[in-house]
Amino acid sequence: MNKRRSGGRRSGGQKPKAAVGRSRTLRLVELAHARSGDKGDTANIGLIALSPRDYPLLVEQVTAARVARHFKGMITGKVERFELPNLNALNFLLHGALDGGGTISLKTDAQGKVFSTALLRMEIEVRK
Amino acid sequence: MEAPYRQVTGGPIDYLMMDYLAEVTMSILQKQKSRDPARGYATDFVTQMERILPTIVDRGIKVTANAGGVNPRACAMAVAEVAGRLGLGGKLTIGVVTGDDLLGRLDGLIARGHGLKNLDTGRPLNDVRDRVLAANAYLGAAPVVEALQRGAQVVITGRVTDTGLTLGPLMHAFGWASDAWDRIAAGTVAGHIIECGAQCSGGNCLKDWDRIPDMANVGYPIVEAQADGTFDIVKHPGTGGRIDVASVTEQLVYEMGDPHEYITPDGVADFTSIQLRQAGKDKVRVSGVKGKPATDKLKVSIAYFYGYKAVGTLVYAWPDALDKAKAADRILRQRITDLGLHFDAIHTEFVGATATHGALGLQDVDEATIPEVQLRVGVRAREEKPVDRFTREIAPLILNGPPSVTGFAGGRPKPEEIVAYWPALIDKRMVEPKVELIQA
Repeated sequence: MNKRRSGGRRSGGQKPKAAVGRSRTLRLVELAHARSGDKGDTANIGLIALSPRDYPLLVEQVTAARVARHFKGMITGKVERFELPNLNALNFLLHGALDGGGTISLKTDAQGKVFSTALLRMEIEVRK
Repeated sequence: MEAPYRQVTGGPIDYLMMDYLAEVTMSILQKQKSRDPARGYATDFVTQMERILPTIVDRGIKVTANAGGVNPRACAMAVAEVAGRLGLGGKLTIGVVTGDDLLGRLDGLIARGHGLKNLDTGRPLNDVRDRVLAANAYLGAAPVVEALQRGAQVVITGRVTDTGLTLGPLMHAFGWASDAWDRIAAGTVAGHIIECGAQCSGGNCLKDWDRIPDMANVGYPIVEAQADGTFDIVKHPGTGGRIDVASVTEQLVYEMGDPHEYITPDGVADFTSIQLRQAGKDKVRVSGVKGKPATDKLKVSIAYFYGYKAVGTLVYAWPDALDKAKAADRILRQRITDLGLHFDAIHTEFVGATATHGALGLQDVDEATIPEVQLRVGVRAREEKPVDRFTREIAPLILNGPPSVTGFAGGRPKPEEIVAYWPALIDKRMVEPKVELIQA
């Protein structure tokens, strides 16, 4: 991902949640890249650490529960997570994400192609 | 259209694999075949073969393609005819793989207790039986291997898995046994990496996307395999794109379910065993792949007629672009209610604001600065009538709704037929692949 202009730090009106003390807030886009796709009404997101040393951080912080909260209102089903330490990657299944999926779906993103970058908006805490 | 030609002329290769069948393609091809019994296959393939046949015959390159659709035999006859026209008569053996088409057998299968339950909903196929348009079992590599062993240079199949079209040549070339599970899994992973073409060699790659060179001339992937199941992903010299651990990893996770069990008709691959290493410029070494025995089921892809949909769009400009689009949506929905139109779904999106990332998309955005927003409203119903009526409600909004609206030059949206997808499983013993050879 292009760090030069990714604007990973939040620039809007909200304050970073943990700018004080020993940790700072980063957006996933600064630590990971991703690709997503579909199977029926389920979107999958493969989240891949840009550097292997950041993979444990993804495992620790980007939990299925957090991803479910991140996509609240956008999906109707549960979120499953699988670990692929060999690829420094996590795979998420977002059920009920695609308005029925495939040809039935009325969504622009009926195949879930850009759920990947929506996940990269998530903020996580990084120890300094 | 250029890719196959460049792939066979850009450097030495032994096999060319081509995948033609998206999930809904089969229903379109069944429709064509019902109108003309000589149709029902991917005609693009015949055009592409015309271009590359002299080269592949000259160099002995073998081709595997699921371009046969619902009529692989007719596809093979068309290729044979082209070969004859090119003066290659007698020089080309074409293998034809069939047995995947279950459309004519559905009632018999259901009567014998094969309910073909929907894998997602658990409903029996009888729910939509009278609306089924196509039904095909996914065959694996075995019939492809058989065709190659019997001397076919071009293997044309119906619904064979994308991975089987890559695994078949590897099993044939290296003599891999059908129960050499780790090797079967390795060949399956190779197939998964290259099945979307350049999507593993720089296409759609997010990492450093703006530094990937020469995408107009992107190189398609090539598997350089060894007998032990290790392989490299490479591309022809002088082509664009980029093959690195990032581009290959992105493709590996694409459309992934449970990575421990990537199930194909040929075996079960464990994606958590895959090791990747940059082995040179635009060269990624793939090793360590572990596999497990195949299941006793085949996946069946069924297409059925669902109903109709239509999508209408209008573009609202600054100031208050998003608020105007929202107001127009409220008016449109009020009209739908007042007209008594009933839909299975009405879906509103604000493209340029929340369409793809939902509320997340506006987190950092000052709404007052958004230059334009496209209102995009879709409806879906079993009957055409309400959908058609909906399409007449878009244009009036231009004069009767919020201001600063444009983007309607395309005219009234057209209702579209929806062919829906019904995934199911069937006992492997119910499906018998067949291989025949045709001499050009």
